Amino acid sequence: MSLVIRFKNFLDETGNIARFTGRFFSVGIKPRYEHKEFFNQCYIIGYRSLPLVGLTAFIMGLVLTMQLRPSLVDYGVESQLPVMVGLAIVREIGPVITALIFAGKIGSSIGAELGSMKVTEQIDAMTVSGIKPFKYLVATRVLATTLMLPLLTILGDAISLFGAYLGVNIRSVTSFDLFFLQVFKSLDFSDVLPAITKTLFFGFAVGIVGCYKGFNSTKGTQGVGISANSAVVLSSVLIFIIDLLAVQITELLGLN
Amino acid sequence: METATKEQVIVIKDLVKAFGDKKILDGFNLTVEKGSNVVILGKSGSGKSVLIKCIIGLLQSDSGSIHVFKENISQMTEDELDQARSKIGFLFQSNALYDSMTIRENLEFPLIRHWVDISKEEVERLVNEALENVDLLHTLDMMPSELSGGMLKRVALARTMILRPEVILYDEPTTGLDPVTSREIENLILKLQKKNHTSSIIISHDMNCVKNTADLVVLLLEGKCYIKGTYEELKQSTDENIKQFFE
Ligand SMILES: Nc1ncnc2c1ncn2[C@@H]1O[C@H](COP(=O)(O)OP(=O)(O)O)[C@@H](O)[C@H]1O
Ligand SMILES: [Mg+2]
Repeated sequence: MSLVIRFKNFLDETGNIARFTGRFFSVGIKPRYEHKEFFNQCYIIGYRSLPLVGLTAFIMGLVLTMQLRPSLVDYGVESQLPVMVGLAIVREIGPVITALIFAGKIGSSIGAELGSMKVTEQIDAMTVSGIKPFKYLVATRVLATTLMLPLLTILGDAISLFGAYLGVNIRSVTSFDLFFLQVFKSLDFSDVLPAITKTLFFGFAVGIVGCYKGFNSTKGTQGVGISANSAVVLSSVLIFIIDLLAVQITELLGLN
Repeated sequence: METATKEQVIVIKDLVKAFGDKKILDGFNLTVEKGSNVVILGKSGSGKSVLIKCIIGLLQSDSGSIHVFKENISQMTEDELDQARSKIGFLFQSNALYDSMTIRENLEFPLIRHWVDISKEEVERLVNEALENVDLLHTLDMMPSELSGGMLKRVALARTMILRPEVILYDEPTTGLDPVTSREIENLILKLQKKNHTSSIIISHDMNCVKNTADLVVLLLEGKCYIKGTYEELKQSTDENIKQFFE
């Protein structure tokens, strides 16, 4: 494929996703609301992601602490380890890693689920049965990802900090109270708020991209696989782009 | 024939539908009378599914008109379409059962959506009755993935029938099934047609199915209604385009 065609396809796709997002705001958030399906999706998307998010967050906190210690020891500031780790986790690593794990697990499953519903005509069957698929399938999932990711991030941060506490205690002894006192003393509202706010956007991106890819899945099992795969790739890239923008915006707002 | 006296349920005039610059339907005309089964023959990819998806408003036609019960489908708003769809049944080629739901939930779904005020007991009763009609009451709490192809087709048929539609569109109801199961499905179609006095359009290239179910056979070729007649009439034809279906 020539570069020109690729670029044109890229622009087409961007336009289509923008239109899909526009449809979410124009159609998706008007009544009637699909409460039952929304709560069902919150359960599936939020609760069922907990073990994976918890495990990765714990390991991350532990490993990060073990990796940071030698450098801090070199500079003679080992006592600052909880502060460093706490800031890194809450401000950046927690939100981004949780979002990436979330994109991998939830983005792909939404892409595959809606994709296979599309190719087996289940979405058409809904329309025929008097259900608006955009409301029933898309709006509920996007709202659920948008609301669940911040909650998962907060939980992930907490578990990660606990991992970090254990990490600190491998080589030295710190009490639980002292560790968390140090962490929270160094954390400001201006560290926490932007970090959690951006996860709303990460969650929204994962939901929209997953649904968009699923809804536009092409025939055949291969098409469904491609939807799932490209949903993960695209939402992961978007997470980094949004992260970049978020940093700029918090800086502009003087929240640093 | 008593054609002149019968009510016309579906009237399609000069229907055109293109995807990009590929014209799939190009001036298609068809009339379906009350109580009759019209079979649409046509090669794979000739636009048969596109045609019936236009009739139920899943696809928007480019020009021409589709009247179902004297109402123009192509000019309806979403809400009017929803209304009209409660009187039209659609059996999808791939069954399109929701695979995250049990058979019971699959059947309840159209009921509680189209008949908003329906009581719980009534839903229960209708679901049971629909499944009894296709001899699958014991699958009530199973998932679609636990059923065989023929059973899935029967459940899909039950779901299509549950709203007692007056018009039913069947997209290749016997394709991919073994001959015995195919006969079962045909008999069910005929049985339910008698019971509910429905009119239907059946897409098929299974000549046994055509022979058993069709009151009128229409050949869709190059986007137009190439010829129509009874099964016997078409069977006698010497036209190459028709003969290939009977070989
Ligand atoms: N949504 C669509 N977008 C683009 N092309 C389509 C779409 N649906 C069907 N087509 C094309 O229309 C033609 C007829 O399709 P279809 O009606 O499914 O054939 P069949 O007669 O086998 O049911 C095919 O060439 C198909 O590629
Ligand atoms: Mg077809």
